Amino acid sequence: MPTAVVPPRSSNRSWWRQNQQWLTPWLFLAPGIAMFVLYVISPIFQSFWLSFYDWDGLGEATWVGTGNYIELFDDGAFYTSLWNNVLWLVLYMLAVPAGLGIAIFLNQTVRGIRLYKSLFFFPFVISQVVVGLMFSWFYAPNFGLFYKLIEWMTGTGVAILADPDLVTYGIIAAGLWPQIAYCMILYLTGLNNVSPDQIEAARLDGARGFRMLWYIILPQLRPATFIAVVVTVIGALRSFDLVSIMTDGGPFGSSRVLSFYMYEQALSEYGYRMGYGAAIAVILFMIMMVFISGFIWKMVRDEKEGY
Amino acid sequence: MQFRYLAPLMALATTTVVATSALAQQRTLVINTDTSDPAPKAAFEQLIADFEAANPDIKVEWNLFDHEGYKTAIRNFLSADAPDLANWYAGNRMAPFVNAGQFEDISDVWAENNLGETLASAEASMTIDGKQWGIPYTYYQWGIYYNKDVYEQVGVEVPGNWDEFVANCARFEEAGIDCLTTGTKALWPGAGIFDYINLRTNGYEFHMDLANGKIEWTDPRVREAFAQWARIVEPGYITDNHAAIDWQDAAALLVQGKAANYVMGNFAVATFKDGGMTDDTLGFMPFPEITPGVPRAEDAPTDTIHIPAGAKNKEDAKKFLAFLAQPDTQTRINEILGQLPVNNQSSVGDDPFLQQGFAMLSDAYALAQFFDRDAPAEMAKLGMEGFQEFMVRPENLDQILDRLEKARLRIYQ
Repeated sequence: MPTAVVPPRSSNRSWWRQNQQWLTPWLFLAPGIAMFVLYVISPIFQSFWLSFYDWDGLGEATWVGTGNYIELFDDGAFYTSLWNNVLWLVLYMLAVPAGLGIAIFLNQTVRGIRLYKSLFFFPFVISQVVVGLMFSWFYAPNFGLFYKLIEWMTGTGVAILADPDLVTYGIIAAGLWPQIAYCMILYLTGLNNVSPDQIEAARLDGARGFRMLWYIILPQLRPATFIAVVVTVIGALRSFDLVSIMTDGGPFGSSRVLSFYMYEQALSEYGYRMGYGAAIAVILFMIMMVFISGFIWKMVRDEKEGY
Repeated sequence: MQFRYLAPLMALATTTVVATSALAQQRTLVINTDTSDPAPKAAFEQLIADFEAANPDIKVEWNLFDHEGYKTAIRNFLSADAPDLANWYAGNRMAPFVNAGQFEDISDVWAENNLGETLASAEASMTIDGKQWGIPYTYYQWGIYYNKDVYEQVGVEVPGNWDEFVANCARFEEAGIDCLTTGTKALWPGAGIFDYINLRTNGYEFHMDLANGKIEWTDPRVREAFAQWARIVEPGYITDNHAAIDWQDAAALLVQGKAANYVMGNFAVATFKDGGMTDDTLGFMPFPEITPGVPRAEDAPTDTIHIPAGAKNKEDAKKFLAFLAQPDTQTRINEILGQLPVNNQSSVGDDPFLQQGFAMLSDAYALAQFFDRDAPAEMAKLGMEGFQEFMVRPENLDQILDRLEKARLRIYQ
């Protein structure tokens, strides 16, 4: 009989009914949260914990307290890496205006424009490793195109990657190539959504050129600019592949960035100082947190204001 | 790396399945090596085939790793899933594993087979705490390889000592040729130059004490070695931009006659010959004397095989090591490797560079392993960076030595 089954089911249901409003989102989130805690949150705390130990990854770990940090703040290589990270952050930002410029240039209806757009986007599609190799050949002493060019212009070639003062700029230039393409794509999609009515109206009001860009177009591109800045900042802070491929941190450590120095100390052939590597990771995490919290704060604020 | 590592593993997996079903009686011996380059791979194929022929009841399972990937992999498999044998390197390079109790003491194999006598030249570098931890099976000499044509073109003689070498450099410079070439992008080639300059200036004992942290880097004798080095650095006799080139690119400069000398290991001979040099154009000389009367010691990095502490079949692993130490085994595999056998009763192939190397190492006063194997890993890395910096910016010497001294105080405490 159906009626006989109803009472227990209904009591079950009523509990579910009472709670499903707040429970359902958590149930849907649960797998994601579990993964996030396991693979993101807990390693962060493990790194913090590990940074107070001296451990080679094999034997016993010994507690050294803040020893790793004290050593770190007295380590010339750390400051070199930190300074290089600052250079990366500042110069990588050039990708945003450069991407915008190319996007505006490409945002027109010409025959075959799709082909040009994809060609400009190409550097972002190929792997960073390939970009690194291409640029190392470009800069290579004796036979590189760039070396030859400088030699032809000035008489003596400059081997960018062998010069401790220039090497970081050389690597950043290589990194900018794909990053500009990335920002360009973000702006191109943004430009598709710029409202033609407003442009029309602005034109009637006599806006042209830079004033049109600054007062009419850019405000409408705010979401695209925000994303472009975020990915560029994160890209600059986690720059690792290019440094590793192009110079391996050299010459004598002058192109190292924090993420590379951390890898070198903790995991490379001559490293295996897990605690010291973790201490560098913690510092890098703190720097990233400054930016990430800034971004999150801005996003929350925008959401409240209803953008 | 994954592919190189997977393919042999998969091949191995299929053969093991076939083999175990057919010959259930056999015992298996698992060996992990990073000998993935053509010659070392062929040598190990031969070695394993010979061992299996001599011991029909043992089946060898061989896992071949990519050279770079192995350096990380060994740390994992030693503790997680230990094979019965694994290859590695002598000197301080094996110290972390020995100290962590991950290599087996095999002093008994040495004692039973009288290896203290036949492998005498490598005994010191295999010994930690008075015990032996592995079997050395091959090494090769370091020294100066030079382009005979360039010497002839400039009209200088092979130098008999450092002063003559430096004087030659001035002549090469006039002719627009790099006197000494090197490619320090990977850092280690620069350490070869330092090793020799320090060995020739201050001698073997001093060099080893320095590598073992017993001597200050700011010691006047260390400064003296760098002063000798500066004689070729400051006038610019070393290839420009060496910090951005690989050792193979520098080898090309020697082949093309753009450079005269190259401090290198014997493995580079194959590269020189691929580039078109022959026994008539390529020459080899021991690094010239600097301080008169200092006994001549050489760099001769040694490759070794060890038994992990977690091995399952230690009995047969020891059998394998005893087999590996035999003179005829070492003769055969080194013929394929194109290197020198460690066993002093082995014979050497008739390649002139091997013959020269064998003669040079046989009457050497002592053998060093190479800076990155003699010094602990961290010190090696910092040292090699310092050597590179010195060759680019010799004026930074004081800062470099202060930095190394600071590192020494921390690393060896």
